[in-house]
Amino acid sequence: MSMSPSDSVAIEDALVASGVPPPEGAAASVIEGRSPWRLAYERLRRDRASLIALAVVVVIILVAIFAPVIASLTGHGVYQQFRDTGLTPDGLPVGPNHQFLLGTDDQGRDILVRIAYGARISLIVGVVATAAEVVLGTVLGLAAGYFGKVVDTVIARIIDIVLSIPFLLFAISLVSISHPSLTIVIVVIAIFGWAAVARVVRGQVLSLREKEYIEAARALGAGPWRIMFIDILPNIVAPIIVYATLLIPVTIVIEASLSYLGVGVPPPTADWGTMISGAQQIYQQAWWYLLFPSLALLITTVAFNIFGDGLRDALDPRAEQLYK
Amino acid sequence: MVRFLIRRVLLGAFVMFVVTIVVFLIFFVGPGRADVAQTLAGREATPKTVALISHRLLLDRPLTTQYWHFLDGLLHGNLGYSYYHGQAVTTVLKEAYPITLSLALGAAVLWLVIGVLSGVLSAVRSRSIWDRIVTVLALFFYSMPSFVLGLLLLYVFYYQFALHGIHLFPGAGYTYLTANPLKWFEGLVLPWITLALVSAAAYTRLTRGSMLDVLNEDYVRTARSKGLSENRVIYRHALRSALTPVISQFGIDLGVLAGGAVITETVFGMPGLGYTAVNAIRDQDLPVIIGIVIVASASVVVANIVVDVFYAVLDPRVRLH
Repeated sequence: MSMSPSDSVAIEDALVASGVPPPEGAAASVIEGRSPWRLAYERLRRDRASLIALAVVVVIILVAIFAPVIASLTGHGVYQQFRDTGLTPDGLPVGPNHQFLLGTDDQGRDILVRIAYGARISLIVGVVATAAEVVLGTVLGLAAGYFGKVVDTVIARIIDIVLSIPFLLFAISLVSISHPSLTIVIVVIAIFGWAAVARVVRGQVLSLREKEYIEAARALGAGPWRIMFIDILPNIVAPIIVYATLLIPVTIVIEASLSYLGVGVPPPTADWGTMISGAQQIYQQAWWYLLFPSLALLITTVAFNIFGDGLRDALDPRAEQLYK
Repeated sequence: MVRFLIRRVLLGAFVMFVVTIVVFLIFFVGPGRADVAQTLAGREATPKTVALISHRLLLDRPLTTQYWHFLDGLLHGNLGYSYYHGQAVTTVLKEAYPITLSLALGAAVLWLVIGVLSGVLSAVRSRSIWDRIVTVLALFFYSMPSFVLGLLLLYVFYYQFALHGIHLFPGAGYTYLTANPLKWFEGLVLPWITLALVSAAAYTRLTRGSMLDVLNEDYVRTARSKGLSENRVIYRHALRSALTPVISQFGIDLGVLAGGAVITETVFGMPGLGYTAVNAIRDQDLPVIIGIVIVASASVVVANIVVDVFYAVLDPRVRLH
């Protein structure tokens, strides 16, 4: 992320204006010319919990990318049913053993392989839906905050309405009338999710709009689009990044919930929510079927949340002050 | 104040109006007009039957006529009949509502107490070992999907307990309070804990943040320098204003829950609004889905109005906007 010098100055001005004491060695930093991003990076590097969380996230991404490799290492396909070795004579799943490291599911499929493939769905939905929400929310939030008046009233009303709609009920209704698919799940999550982002962005823009440097830009003859995207946006990128990072685990849980309710990505696609839903029927005979997909989901959301919190502390100086 | 109230109620009515349009568009226009009649008529219906049903439901009329018909029925409290049980949708809703309400209210009390107390502890003893423990636990439960927690609780406290001959909690279902209060309570303990722990985490974080802000305010320093006891400063002065954002979040969450705790009800097989909706969606039972979606939206809207009015009473500046 590169920033023009004027933007860095603007942020530092904002820091000074908000009464935040300059971080240790601030005088030296001006001489070295360390950017706010550099400072944030150095703060983040000292935060051990966030680094571990980041490592976990990276591992999950690698598992998702190399799911076919895991499948070929175990020799078990993701849809392959092992009716002889993967099921007991009574047709029940078999527990973890040397052939199936995490056991099998109710159809004799390898849970380890399916968890690895399930990570793909979770991450794709988590990242793509979040990105859509953030882009939509940022553009509408910028427009509402900057233009004000009628534009703001209309967008703010729409935000209110979207936020006061019982999300999960509408989402399952919407998915159920169209044939469930990965795309539908992403679209539905984005339709309901942008409003929260827009509200945050709008709030930030409202306070920035009155700053002198915006007035200066306007006096120089900059148009609204230039002011919104070149002058204002770079100054609210930090909170947006933090918000997006914290939105990813929320989105992953929503996707898993939709699949758990049977309106997410349809079977036989490997999906954590679907697996947990299947496990609910026979968890009394097969604890591993319930436990391992649940752990995968939980580890993913915890890792993203810890990393997101760390990112916030690193990027948001006000939060740092609170934590001192 | 009265003008504020009127404006707020009008806005709420407008939101409900938009919701009915969206619901109408999703269910009556989305899948195509023929589909509704076809679903109603069943798989083996002749084209003639389908056309007849289509006509009776006004599906062959312009959309605006259909919408006014739909709205007219709604305003007269007529939500139609379930395709499957032949029951009036209002009856279905009346049966499901007490279940959802028992779940939501009990869990809400639990999570508010847990969330606020742990948040205050965490803020007041900021940077202590207590703060760390609370923060870590809050992060853990904040990340926990409710169906994962619910199922793990069921596995331990229902199944493992039952294996050892302890039959404390039922595995699924719901007993009406009027039928057997003890069984009602036993059946609700695990769902309450599930919902409360998952939600409390957000309240812990909210209370902690808000409390830390307030403790830095000048009036708290004034209260301290007046020589008030620390407890009095924290609970009488600081907590009071720190709770405002917490209360507003609480109202909204309770409103959402009153429309059905979809996941928790599904995990524990409790036939409340959320579980009924999930089943109705599986059966494509349109009138029931529509009824629940509208009731759920209404409860969110009402909760929002109550929160705003409460806010306006607490903070007169709000009324000016």
